[in-house]
Amino acid sequence: MARRSDIDALNPPELTLARKLRQLNWGLIALISMIAAVGFAMLYSAANGNWNPWVYRQMIRYGVGLSLAISIALLDLRLLMRWSYVAYGVVLAMLAAVEVAGEIGMGAQRWIDFGIFQIQPSELMKIALVLALARYFHGLTHEDVARPHFLLVPLAMVAAPVVLVLRQPDLGTAGMILLGSGAIFFLAGVRIWKFVTLLVLGIALVPIAWQFLREYQKNRILTFLNPESDPLGSGYHILQSKIALGSGGLFGKGFLQGSQSHLNFLPEKQTDFIFTMLAEEFGLVGALGLIGLFLLVIAYGVAIGLRVQSQFGRLLALGVTTTLFLYVFINIAMVMGLVPVVGVPLPLISYGGTALLTAMAGIGLMMCAYVHRDLRISRQGLEEEE
Amino acid sequence: MRRTSDQETQRTFTRRALVLGGAKLALFGTLAGRLYYLQVVEAARYRTLSEDNQFNLELLPPIRGRIFDRNGAPLADNRDNFRIEIVAEQTSDVGQTLAALRSVIHIEEWDLKRVLRETKRKRSFVPITVVENLSREDISKVAINTPYLPGIRIEVGRSRSYPYGEAAVHLTGYVAAVAESELTGDPVLELPDFRIGKSGIEKLFDGEMRGASGQRQVEVNALGRIIRKLPGNEGQPGQDVALTIDVRIQELASRRLAQGKSEAIAVDDPRVREALASGEAPVLGAGSVAGMINLDKAGKIAPPESGAAVLLDVHRGDVLALVSTPGFDPNLFNNGLSPRDWEHLLSNPRSPMTNKSITGQYSPGSTFKMLVCLAALEAGVASTDVEVFCPGYMELGNARFHCWKKHGHGKLDMFGALEQSCDIYLYEMAKRVGIDRIAELSRRFGLGEKLKIDLPGESRGLVPSREWKLATRGEPWQQGETLITGIGQGFLLCTPLQMAMMTARLVNGGYAVMPRLVHDPDAGEPSFETLNVTPRHLEVVIEGMTRVVNGKRGTARAVPRKSDAFQFGGKSGSVQVKRISRAERLSGKIKNEDRPWRDRDHAMFVAYAPLEAPRYAVSVVVEHGGSGSSMAAPIARDILAEAIRLDPARVANEQRPPKKDT
Repeated sequence: MARRSDIDALNPPELTLARKLRQLNWGLIALISMIAAVGFAMLYSAANGNWNPWVYRQMIRYGVGLSLAISIALLDLRLLMRWSYVAYGVVLAMLAAVEVAGEIGMGAQRWIDFGIFQIQPSELMKIALVLALARYFHGLTHEDVARPHFLLVPLAMVAAPVVLVLRQPDLGTAGMILLGSGAIFFLAGVRIWKFVTLLVLGIALVPIAWQFLREYQKNRILTFLNPESDPLGSGYHILQSKIALGSGGLFGKGFLQGSQSHLNFLPEKQTDFIFTMLAEEFGLVGALGLIGLFLLVIAYGVAIGLRVQSQFGRLLALGVTTTLFLYVFINIAMVMGLVPVVGVPLPLISYGGTALLTAMAGIGLMMCAYVHRDLRISRQGLEEEE
Repeated sequence: MRRTSDQETQRTFTRRALVLGGAKLALFGTLAGRLYYLQVVEAARYRTLSEDNQFNLELLPPIRGRIFDRNGAPLADNRDNFRIEIVAEQTSDVGQTLAALRSVIHIEEWDLKRVLRETKRKRSFVPITVVENLSREDISKVAINTPYLPGIRIEVGRSRSYPYGEAAVHLTGYVAAVAESELTGDPVLELPDFRIGKSGIEKLFDGEMRGASGQRQVEVNALGRIIRKLPGNEGQPGQDVALTIDVRIQELASRRLAQGKSEAIAVDDPRVREALASGEAPVLGAGSVAGMINLDKAGKIAPPESGAAVLLDVHRGDVLALVSTPGFDPNLFNNGLSPRDWEHLLSNPRSPMTNKSITGQYSPGSTFKMLVCLAALEAGVASTDVEVFCPGYMELGNARFHCWKKHGHGKLDMFGALEQSCDIYLYEMAKRVGIDRIAELSRRFGLGEKLKIDLPGESRGLVPSREWKLATRGEPWQQGETLITGIGQGFLLCTPLQMAMMTARLVNGGYAVMPRLVHDPDAGEPSFETLNVTPRHLEVVIEGMTRVVNGKRGTARAVPRKSDAFQFGGKSGSVQVKRISRAERLSGKIKNEDRPWRDRDHAMFVAYAPLEAPRYAVSVVVEHGGSGSSMAAPIARDILAEAIRLDPARVANEQRPPKKDT
């Protein structure tokens, strides 16, 4: 079969651009735009009622992100599949590069400076790994998945970035990558007893891993266990965050009226602790409202996953959805003192370029899977069956 | 086969996707539950915590009450203290701003270093004091240049100031930072720059002058930065205290007492330069007027005399001057005293920290003789025409009691005995009247008990008696001790205030006047009980005191009158500090000037004026000053002269045009 031109690859004859545009999940786009709008409002409040320094820039990023998402959604799913290992390889290389050229940010090396913009390879890795794992498990039969030696390659694919991210050191991202890939392993059909084995093994390794943790990471875990032991030290952030949440009450203190946030008792209110500010200003009603919006996005993702025909598309959609879920859950649980403060942003709401772009790319992948929901892809790769 | 495998894969996926979705829903449910717990169940607790977070209670220190003299001159005042602060976050370069500031006003090198050090240590919005106590001139220089001094601001605080410095320090006392032991739980005492009275009026009336602190709520953020100050209770300023003191007399008395017999010479005089060249540094707090230095007869720099003087209004009891020298400058305590200076103040043998006028206890010496004569007259054991022959000594048992005049005064009556201060006559009187009656009369005249002046640290003095000696020493009273008491020595001790009060009660017609230091212009003329002394007897001792100064043979006759219009009476005293040994007496080596300072006699003088209708009584004690008549009497005279010069009745008379000759 002759190789198709690139244009053809983007627009397979059976799926025209116009048809794809019609297939886009405009409901999902509306949903995430609503969430983003909530984010703009909170950033406006975080700047004490100013469009600068955060809202304008976040809006521009959202615009870029939305274009990115739609562009990804319009790509051929097979193209994505073909490039998924490459993407993984590139991001892994970037991740390795931060070890060398990374700029020190917040006591951890997480950024690559490209001059005009900085990117966080660890954020990109969350998407790239989903792509690569989905591609790998797509190629396995149901029986293959049951064979342990088929799991060695994906385990290595997970282990490599986790080790690099831990070295940075970024406990939150490492945990998210593990949980996100675990979900893909689970969805791909890996037997339950293998998870149990791994879990037991992991718990056994905790005392050993503890030795390798940095002092501040140990502190974070210890203060999480008992935040009130050190109210002005490491536990301060959690305690202040809980005070902000609790004092918000049922209906909140009102927009721009959050005293905890505006008097700077709240740390990093424009990034990691933005949900706290929302809950302080809009109360339980506002906080549940936002959680509800995220729940709808997750439900959308699960629905897409169930609808897609190809294993790659299914795993991609649900893998991305799970990653998104993990962001939301860990961030909110963190500011409420349910999990340690690990520095995970709230997607679409927190200020920050890479996290927003990652989330939007994920949304794009979800939509792409949906657009190509009826596409059947052979186990070997790109050729269409029949 | 492949189909079924794919179907199996899809079935597994669907099942597990639903499980995973369910798990996500459950986890979101957990979040919702946690939110409900925090925002509804625990809401009240967190709301309280949130409010605590926002508001700090700030204490506003009250303005301390001032101290005035009787004419409204401020003895202790609150001065604006201009200081310059730098706020690091408001300038891009602290070093550059300081350099610019330095080109405008003088800043010490170490201040500069301290500020740079503090800016590194403190949060950038915390103001740091660069310099304090700036003059208005410097302040206006900085104010004009503020556009070029980013981050620099001028703040004004209050600091205590004592315009008359050491002249009135033993009245006002001083304020200083609160010591640990002085904390009472009043939070205002814990403010870092709060000052508390440490001595004098400042200490005794600390409660009244302190006032009540105000409070206000200050909204702060998590870094302690003040966002907003809410209006609050301004607090109650402290009460002012007015004293009966006339600071003009006080100042003169302080200067005059410190000067003693030395001469005040302008600093630019060659003699001063010569004295300075001889290597002696002028003693700080020498009680001299600015620009003047006291030189003794040898042309050396004279240290300030150590002594006390008290001037009283004999009818009202008003304390017009209360002086103790040397003093110290209470303003020095404002910025904290260096440990070395503090050590100097404490170890100075002339004890500048002690208010000798009420704390110092001295044998009154010959100034006590009036009371002994009065006791004899009152007891009826003597009359004015009783004559006693003075051969220069008196024998009692095996002991021989000497007169200060080696070869005796010859035959004297009571007037002559007081005029010439004959010891033998007084031995005779004491022997006749007995210690009990002397002690009883002394107490009536205010000795041996506190006079309850409004100052801390007053001493009781001591009036010895038989019971007292038996109780404290376990020995019976000896008659020789009665004789010694008769010339004001032995166990007898008085404070200078008591000596002035004794004089006042003698010359005011025998009323038990009490000292009044706090001036209350609204209180009417005070009335005091009579001491029940025969007026004629009082006239006798007053006549004796008149002759001391004005008689042909008076011990103080050599003290030159200032003018004919001003006449006074008094009584001198020179009190042995060291026992004169028999050998010294025989060799005649008892000249005061030849002995070390510590061994010299105390010089005393009590006096009153005017001669007719006495109004003022004064006591002067110069420690180790030698002869009372040559050292203390001129000082007493000058204090009385100033009192007469400023006497309100006399001033009023002069201002009125004379209508007819009187």
